[in-house]
Amino acid sequence: MSSVSSERLNRYALTPARKRRDRIARGGVLAGTILALIPLLLIVYYLLSKGLSSWSWSFFTTDPTGNTFFKNSTIGGIESAILGTIEIVALASVLAIPIGIGVAVWLVEYGRSGWFANTVRFFVDVLTGVPSIIFGLFIYIALIIGTGSSYAGYKGSLALALLMLPVVIRSAEVILLLVPGALRESALALGAPRWRVIGSIVLPTALPGMVTGVLLAIARAAGETAPLLFTAGATFKTSTNLGGFMNSLPVQIYNDVTSPTTAVVDRAWGAALTLVAMILILNLIARLVARRSRLA
Amino acid sequence: MTTPPPNTEAGLSSSLTTDIPLTTDIPSTRTAAMDPDEIAEPSQARAPAPSRSEVSAATRPAALTKPGLAVHLRGLRAFYGEAEQVKGVDLEFRANEVTAIIGPSGCGKSTMVRCINRMHEEIPGAHAEGQVLLDDFDVYDPSVDVVAVRRAIGMVFQKPNPFPTMSVFDNVAAGLRLTSHGRGSRSKAAQQPKVEAALRGAGLWEEVKDRLHEPGSGLSGGQQQRLCIARSLAVDPEVILMDEPCSALDPIATLKIEELIDQLKTRVTIVIVTHNMQQAARVADRTAFMLDGRLVEVGPTDEIFTTPNDPRTEEYVTGKFG
Repeated sequence: MSSVSSERLNRYALTPARKRRDRIARGGVLAGTILALIPLLLIVYYLLSKGLSSWSWSFFTTDPTGNTFFKNSTIGGIESAILGTIEIVALASVLAIPIGIGVAVWLVEYGRSGWFANTVRFFVDVLTGVPSIIFGLFIYIALIIGTGSSYAGYKGSLALALLMLPVVIRSAEVILLLVPGALRESALALGAPRWRVIGSIVLPTALPGMVTGVLLAIARAAGETAPLLFTAGATFKTSTNLGGFMNSLPVQIYNDVTSPTTAVVDRAWGAALTLVAMILILNLIARLVARRSRLA
Repeated sequence: MTTPPPNTEAGLSSSLTTDIPLTTDIPSTRTAAMDPDEIAEPSQARAPAPSRSEVSAATRPAALTKPGLAVHLRGLRAFYGEAEQVKGVDLEFRANEVTAIIGPSGCGKSTMVRCINRMHEEIPGAHAEGQVLLDDFDVYDPSVDVVAVRRAIGMVFQKPNPFPTMSVFDNVAAGLRLTSHGRGSRSKAAQQPKVEAALRGAGLWEEVKDRLHEPGSGLSGGQQQRLCIARSLAVDPEVILMDEPCSALDPIATLKIEELIDQLKTRVTIVIVTHNMQQAARVADRTAFMLDGRLVEVGPTDEIFTTPNDPRTEEYVTGKFG
């Protein structure tokens, strides 16, 4: 290259000061990322190192016992907590998912940006920010104090459903908004009634994305302790009766970790690792489904 | 497209003229509104005409004939909120002819066309005034179901938009399935002949017959657009509106669509919005020139392009503005 052209091209070159600024900025964001990873990695490390030792076949297949104050007594496993969490969360999902998706469909397809739709959106946002213990308190006051009855699994499910509802609505709404308007238009232009367009075109197109949002809502609900503490109660026995006391992983962890007996605290670590593993599996499923999504 | 054997063609034409229920909501409503003398005419006109389709089969393989219906616009005005985009248009789209709408961007030609099958009102805050007559039937009459209007007046959009969750077959069948009242036509076997007829009508059958159950979105852009045309043909409309159907396509795909338009006009009335004046000259029998929400001039295409009456038309078609 001739010297004339290299001189001419020099003006495009970056100054050393600018290169330095770029390095500093890149170093800064990298440091921030590492800093954020440290607590995450520590949590996983502690969970694995403390919880893995209590994992065994019988840990998953026996109920906890009340014998925790005597040395060498069998404290039992966490079977009732695992099954209780699955039952409570399943009922909560059955309640929250259809309602939540229904609300999202109404907001996107019918309410659009009318005053009522915007009011609904505002309250959904408020609901998203409500601390989880408030949902528990609400059910406690309405269904336990209010009716003078006792704790029950379904009451825990109701509290979790309230917690899930805004998450489901918001995530489904975002996905429904991603469905191209041209698809609705072309279906309407074929002479399809609006409800058919929603049922046959919009929802199938949005389905993979909505599954992701729903699974994340389930994962969030499964890890909540506060809404269950004074709604579902705590018990040792495996129960399939959602009308009675029901154990759950978060509540069992909460109770076990305050025990003076080392073995019981270890059981809390094992239960915590189990809960994290269950939620991780759910998240992995959500990611696999999202990868198949045509919209995201 | 290769020439299908004569017997296939005969079977097809009979399936198109007899099997597909022609009496959608519109003709029946119209029949009620019309005097008895006129009722006989459309039903005669719709009777199978084997001799006609045999003649056309010899000359044009995919063409099937059916007398179409004319569309009249009377004082049509369209609004977005307060803003008036179409400012009183009177225009006739003749039966079994292709009418092209040309004009600079923003002149209201797309809006006007979307008023014909009442898609304009789907936009929040938008409404239309005036009359759109399909034959002698006002599609804006308060007693009319908008869904019935759209079955009779199909639409093809600028960007090919096959339903992404559906196969090629289901995309075409969607036209039947989404609009069917009864359960009779829901089964795939019952839909098969209609889907095939619609795909042949759109000149796509030979290209997709071995991949009917692959996703419709896997086709090329031009094939997707012909799939969308097949989808609207499956409902057996009287009129097809095309809003710049080739603007997202390459020249070869465009040529195929233009050939298709030429064949389709034997059975439907076609209105095509286009930015491409060569395209208007190639496909349209008549051309309408719009400017600033008003119709400037309409006439036979060659006259509009060679001896227009209005100086603004001349300036536009000769490329002085727009």
